[in-house]
Amino acid sequence: MNWLTNFIRPRIRSIVGEQKDVPDNLWQKCEACEGMLFHKELKANLNVCYHCGNHLAIDVKERLAIMFDEGKYERVPTPAVPHDPLKFKDSKKYADRLKASQAKTRELDAIQIARGTIGGQKVVIAAFDFAFMGGSMGTAVGEGIVKAAETAVKDHAALIVIPASGGARMQEGALSLMQMPRSIVAVNMVKEEGLPYIVLLTNPTTGGVSASFAMVGDIHLAEPGAMIGFAGRRVIEETVRETLPKEFQTAEYLLDHGMVDMVVKRADIKETLSRLLDLLMIRTKVGGAKLGNGGKNSNTASASKNGKPSGRGPVALLKKAAPEILKKKAANATSEPNAKPANKIASR
Amino acid sequence: MSQLEFEKPILELEGKITELRNMSGDSALHISDEVGKMQSKVSKLLTATYSKLTPAQKVQVARHGDRPHFLDYVNAMVTDFTPLAGDRNFAEDQALLGGLGRFNGQSVVIMGHERGHDTDTRLKHNFGMARPEGYRKAQRLMEMADHFQIPIITLVDTAGAYPGRGAEERGQAQAIAKSIEVCLNVKVPIISVIIGEGGSGGAIAIATADRVYMLEHSIYSVISPEGCASILWRSAANAPDAAAALKLTAQDMKENKLIDGIIAEPIGGAQRHKAETIESVAVQLRAALKELTPWDPDAIKKSRAKKFLAMGRA
Ligand SMILES: [Zn+2]
Repeated sequence: MNWLTNFIRPRIRSIVGEQKDVPDNLWQKCEACEGMLFHKELKANLNVCYHCGNHLAIDVKERLAIMFDEGKYERVPTPAVPHDPLKFKDSKKYADRLKASQAKTRELDAIQIARGTIGGQKVVIAAFDFAFMGGSMGTAVGEGIVKAAETAVKDHAALIVIPASGGARMQEGALSLMQMPRSIVAVNMVKEEGLPYIVLLTNPTTGGVSASFAMVGDIHLAEPGAMIGFAGRRVIEETVRETLPKEFQTAEYLLDHGMVDMVVKRADIKETLSRLLDLLMIRTKVGGAKLGNGGKNSNTASASKNGKPSGRGPVALLKKAAPEILKKKAANATSEPNAKPANKIASR
Repeated sequence: MSQLEFEKPILELEGKITELRNMSGDSALHISDEVGKMQSKVSKLLTATYSKLTPAQKVQVARHGDRPHFLDYVNAMVTDFTPLAGDRNFAEDQALLGGLGRFNGQSVVIMGHERGHDTDTRLKHNFGMARPEGYRKAQRLMEMADHFQIPIITLVDTAGAYPGRGAEERGQAQAIAKSIEVCLNVKVPIISVIIGEGGSGGAIAIATADRVYMLEHSIYSVISPEGCASILWRSAANAPDAAAALKLTAQDMKENKLIDGIIAEPIGGAQRHKAETIESVAVQLRAALKELTPWDPDAIKKSRAKKFLAMGRA
């Protein structure tokens, strides 16, 4: 018996903790330029090739960490849904595929929801995990989008959805098809509250996902090089019997064809979102979420000096969006005209 | 008529009946006796076959070229039909037709996929596979219906949205997504019937409705059985397995509470009895319209959202 392996090693392990997920090869090749990428540098560069700028897949939790302020966010659990409603079986049972993906990702399904702030603005993010059955959308993912939208409405936060998905989860049959309208019902709840709904399209966004919630955002951002489209490239080539150009269905191609607002490098996403939210979320700022930021948007002021709402600007809009908040502010304004919140409204 | 493999014994008998009928002469009385016997055998066989069609057989029946198509329905049940063309943006798409008309005395907007019935019309209508323009025209017509508070009827019959280069360039995904959104936003009743094939996003784009019915032998699926088989079984030969696993029949869809009802087809399928099938659809549409009229604009939109929000919850 080896004393070292049986006693010392486990003890060391218990002290320093198991070393997990250290890849056997500490480097990989970039699929785009074939350049050698060392993991440490690659990670430091947000999983973007530092030779050619190719955006490689990034772990959902890392993505969330680089998007939220100070990397801090709170996970929102997704409610349980009936798994495998159709008892689907191909060469493998869907139930087994699900279990394998759950074990691999340590998540319940292909979507993760988080709440926090970006540039000080309240945000709920629903991010797809491509590693979980190709990010396919079934009932659990649909439920996740619903939950994210409900959370955004409750928090009076913006909703950002980040698809990375091959499309509908065919193992759930037409139930997965119904997640297309269902996800749109969900994001409509956010829109109807006057809250921003922003989509960040990442590689890939195709099929039933691209043809539903992912294409009805107030603003569409896309990561460079991301494949975005409805039908698969091969299906199209077989149908039209021609070879498609290399850039077909890339983010840049969609930008050229008017389907996305901008292509944004991963490193610039947070700053871009922060700016967009700052420009869009006037109502919530007035309402109290960003009172500390009052002076910033003084050009949009539409309230009189004593804090009483007037005109059709943000405050009038707020009336619709959050009457109870406005009432409170108005009450503040009349009873103590010099109270802080009222001043903040006035200064805007 | 295109032949269905599983109908072979029936078709053979029908062939013999025709042959016998064409015979003339002394044995006429004897023949009519024989024909009668054979005909009752045919109807027994049809009843037996059509009462237990497998999902894969239903896929074939649903796609049968002789089933009544959009224009057959419109011509038979809508008066004053006035087709409206174009998406006001790029083109007119004849794969998805629509317009104003009078159904049961009531003004309606009616639209649907048209597959065509011979080579010329199939090409003209692109086999019922719409491009973004089709879905944008659908949006325009639905918004018009909303504006004038006119109910919407949609007839779904498509293998799916067209997977072409131009379709992608012009935003097929966005056109479908937006069409679903418009379905959800209109404040008038929408009633949909899957009359043949309900193919994925191309179908749901106009079937996000207050009431969704399926003809008895129609199908509704997230992916074609062939496509599903080639991905999950790695062979299109497994399409019958995929057809069963996908639960795409009207009966499965009702069982899973994803549709509101099934419209019975005459024995032997809609392809054998166009007029009766169209009448059955019209009866269901009349009942649904009656049920939904008059409507509260806000309430009907809300209840539609609620209906789809619940799909997939236990
Ligand atoms: Zn590279």
